[in-house]
Amino acid sequence: MESVERTNASAQEVMLSPVILVPAVLNGLMAGAVYALVALGLTLIYGVLHIINFAHGALLTAAMFAAFFAYTLLGLDPYLAALMIAPLFFLVGYGLQRFVIGPTAHGEDRNYLLVTLGLAVIIENLLLYVFRADTRTINLPYAFDVIEIGAAFLAVPRVIAFVTVMVVAFALWIFMQWTDTGKAIRAVAKEKLGAELSGIDVAHIHAVTFGLGTACVAIAACLLIPTYYVNPTAGDAFVLIAFTIVVLGGMGSILGALVGGLFVGVVESFSSMFLGQSLGQIGIFVMFIVILLVRPSGLFGQQA
Amino acid sequence: MKTYLPIFVTVAVLALVPFVTASNVVMNFLVMTLLIALAGQGWNLLGGYGGQYSFGHAAFFGTGAYVTAILQVRFGINAWFGLLIGIAAGALVGAVIGALSFRWGLRGSYFSLVTLAFAEVLRIVASVAPITGAGVGTLIKLDLRPEAFQFQSRAPFYWIALGLVGLSLIVVRGIENSRFGAYLVAIRENEDAARALGVDAFIVKLAAMIVSAAITAAAGCFYAQYFLFLDAAIAYGTWISIDALLAPIVGGVGTLFGPLLGALVIKTLGETTKLVTGGAPGLDLVIYGLLLIAVVGLAPRGIAGLLSALIRPRFRFPSVPEQHHG
Repeated sequence: MESVERTNASAQEVMLSPVILVPAVLNGLMAGAVYALVALGLTLIYGVLHIINFAHGALLTAAMFAAFFAYTLLGLDPYLAALMIAPLFFLVGYGLQRFVIGPTAHGEDRNYLLVTLGLAVIIENLLLYVFRADTRTINLPYAFDVIEIGAAFLAVPRVIAFVTVMVVAFALWIFMQWTDTGKAIRAVAKEKLGAELSGIDVAHIHAVTFGLGTACVAIAACLLIPTYYVNPTAGDAFVLIAFTIVVLGGMGSILGALVGGLFVGVVESFSSMFLGQSLGQIGIFVMFIVILLVRPSGLFGQQA
Repeated sequence: MKTYLPIFVTVAVLALVPFVTASNVVMNFLVMTLLIALAGQGWNLLGGYGGQYSFGHAAFFGTGAYVTAILQVRFGINAWFGLLIGIAAGALVGAVIGALSFRWGLRGSYFSLVTLAFAEVLRIVASVAPITGAGVGTLIKLDLRPEAFQFQSRAPFYWIALGLVGLSLIVVRGIENSRFGAYLVAIRENEDAARALGVDAFIVKLAAMIVSAAITAAAGCFYAQYFLFLDAAIAYGTWISIDALLAPIVGGVGTLFGPLLGALVIKTLGETTKLVTGGAPGLDLVIYGLLLIAVVGLAPRGIAGLLSALIRPRFRFPSVPEQHHG
């Protein structure tokens, strides 16, 4: 009995040593970057349209399928494919908001919820119908290459993902700050009626924003596919994480999504290390509920 | 009594169906329709009358189902008693989720999100906890005696489901006609105004959530007895959360017969799709999604709204101001 306790204690010590901790933190940051990108799309749409896009996960799944087939059918490397898939999904998102969500929701919150939920159901089940429930993966030649940083070995795809996310977030920030469209988006987010009165086409700006949010998940999909699998519900796992991040970082805040994403990545890395895979998953949900509950109004509780 | 007459007539007419057909396919279809109608009526009370759109009614359905099943399988408790406990357990889960969410003032999308998250947490817990049979699932032993809430033929199941639906209709009609119901609708229309007039929004929403959860849990309990098998993806799966909201929205959100009407329409559409496509997975749900968007966009008051416009085309509610054209 005593010896068992002693081994447990020493196992704990081993887990808390820097040799384990540093890689856990770094891997968490790498994983968190992709979460951040998914959350970025969600928070952008929320910040401007004030709607929670329940179709976000389904769109992520669809983009993952696109990246998968770009590789298997066309032989396109996922990172190159992102250059095509992102614009394509921008158009998809633009079209969805302009021609489906906007016209059917009649500007009511409850309707936005239902319409985006309806879209999620349609996209997910269309994918299920066409590709069945099979789980698919791709084998990139360099998927298992590692980079050594101090005590940590980091998988190359994760490092690429991390760098890409930082670049995308920076580009998005520049776009929002300095371009006319970016300024129009911020104007609509702040004061819709005022923006409309000064000649901004609000329906167009809403659609552009939705398109940008969708392009974010498309890039995230391309970053995920080298190390993750795809099936018709693959995106769901990321969406609740993204919701958590968005709540944590503050709805509509780009920086918040970025920091929140990295933080959640680290938390997940630790909780699955100490609690195991399936309970680690619960950790995210519990965190989500707790954040939702104990940070009322301010971040989240205000009527959208 | 007059306001309850349509309920009695509807239930009485539907009760005759097993005398017309004994086909298992038809009975099975109707039982599932009633099950969705029941779960949907639960959603309708909170969402339709109270304006609180839950995306996680699976939490209540699954709790009702699991409690009924586990009490029998692990503790040897009678199924009928299990049904009552299951309903109470569902109500309790509703009370906890409602108290937490409403206490912190979660409204609109945030309420939808948090209910969704609660249902997911329960699903994950049920998929790993030993008491639910984890990945293997829970199988209720075959015991075809009425005392054990199991029957040889489907007709008794049908009548019980119909009875539960009838009961839920009476409860909701009773709430409709009560002060509580008026408060609930006032909160849906304008929560701040209702508060300003002295309505305790927290208590009213919480009470609605508890009754709502109990009704949907009853559907879960019935499901367990009808199929005798549960796993986490069935009991706490998103399918029931979606069906429970789709039925009232399609039928007519915030109307008494909306969930029943909607359940009939979506089940008919779903089964027809399966028949036409030879049971291809997913297509029936694609149709559901299209239907949801179409109803929201084109007929926000659902089929009940369309019907009443057909029957009484000149009738206008006096409270709705006339639109001035031109």
